[in-house]
Amino acid sequence: MLSVLSLTAVVVGGILAGFYQLVYPKIEANRLAEERRAIFSVLQGATDYETMVKTIDTEKGEEEIKIFKGLDGEGRVVGYAFIAEGPGFAAVIKMMVGLNINRETLTGLRVIEQIETPGLGSKIAEEKFEGQFRGLAIKPRIEYVKNKKPEKKNQIQAITGATISSRAVVDAINNRIKIVLKILEDME
Amino acid sequence: MAGSGTILKEFKKGLWAENPVIKMLLGMCPALAVTNSATNGFAMGMATTFVVISSSTMVSLIRRIVPRQVRIPTYIVIIAGFVTLADLFLKAQFPVISKALGPYVPLIVVNCLIMGRAEFFASRHPLFPAIMDALGMGLGFTGVLVVLGGIREILGSGSIFGVVFMTEEVFTPWVVMILPAGAFLTLGLLIGIINYASQRREST
Repeated sequence: MLSVLSLTAVVVGGILAGFYQLVYPKIEANRLAEERRAIFSVLQGATDYETMVKTIDTEKGEEEIKIFKGLDGEGRVVGYAFIAEGPGFAAVIKMMVGLNINRETLTGLRVIEQIETPGLGSKIAEEKFEGQFRGLAIKPRIEYVKNKKPEKKNQIQAITGATISSRAVVDAINNRIKIVLKILEDME
Repeated sequence: MAGSGTILKEFKKGLWAENPVIKMLLGMCPALAVTNSATNGFAMGMATTFVVISSSTMVSLIRRIVPRQVRIPTYIVIIAGFVTLADLFLKAQFPVISKALGPYVPLIVVNCLIMGRAEFFASRHPLFPAIMDALGMGLGFTGVLVVLGGIREILGSGSIFGVVFMTEEVFTPWVVMILPAGAFLTLGLLIGIINYASQRREST
């Protein structure tokens, strides 16, 4: 009785392990291609990038931070990209953020993962919202305004009816930028 | 040996008379959760069809070896194995669809449609009828998911299979249709209409 069940489990496990080995390179390649596309879309002029990995201590334990150094055709640094994520209205919002080489403005934003309410919060993944972050000043911190045009260089306009989603994006970027700036300073 | 007539019957019953979604109300979780577009409904239907055919085949082949007492865990291990294969395959070949379906691909394991076919049919019938039964059930499931996804996508996004044919100027999309509520509304009305129509046909 147990032998049949155990045998089934062993055979199924073996097949799965083999199949995983077979498709793993393809899955990893898909992930890298997506990362690449996101990085190049927030760093204009970049044709290649280097990944810098740094482990930092946070309240929740150790966390691995990846910073992507965007390089142009001649190997010059054109900016830095990093992933920011934070809780949105429905689930975690994950995005790629581009930082200018002088580390004062953003070069772009691309939302990679979100399941915000369609037609409202999901607009954070549209060019009309994402485009506001191009050239946005990050100091002292990024702010959002409601129902009016932004007046300062560090402000964006929140999406009407989706303040929570808009704030989630801004907060996630602000939080992660502090860490990224610190790491970049330490490296010099 | 069963004749070709009964074999055909095993195949056809899943398409309509014993359709898993509209007649037996099995597999409600994926039927409601992923049908926000016709493409997603089709992909989920195909993945489920693959799993139900493969697991019914295996269950039918080993039906005389498996002791009664451990049959359910054995079936679940087999089903989970095929679901993981399907999940890895989608991740490798169709990353966009895999992302859209999210956690609902691994959740095929607990789709009672598959367990139901293994327990009530495949474990009691020879290989060929078991495959035909699974094929019919899988395609019947896929058909309803595409219809559900299609209706919700047309009304909720103004498109079908991702092709926009009603722009926002001529038609304001009913956002509720691609939200969870739209799934319940569409499925409920669909089943209601079908039951009403078949009752009227019987009474006349």
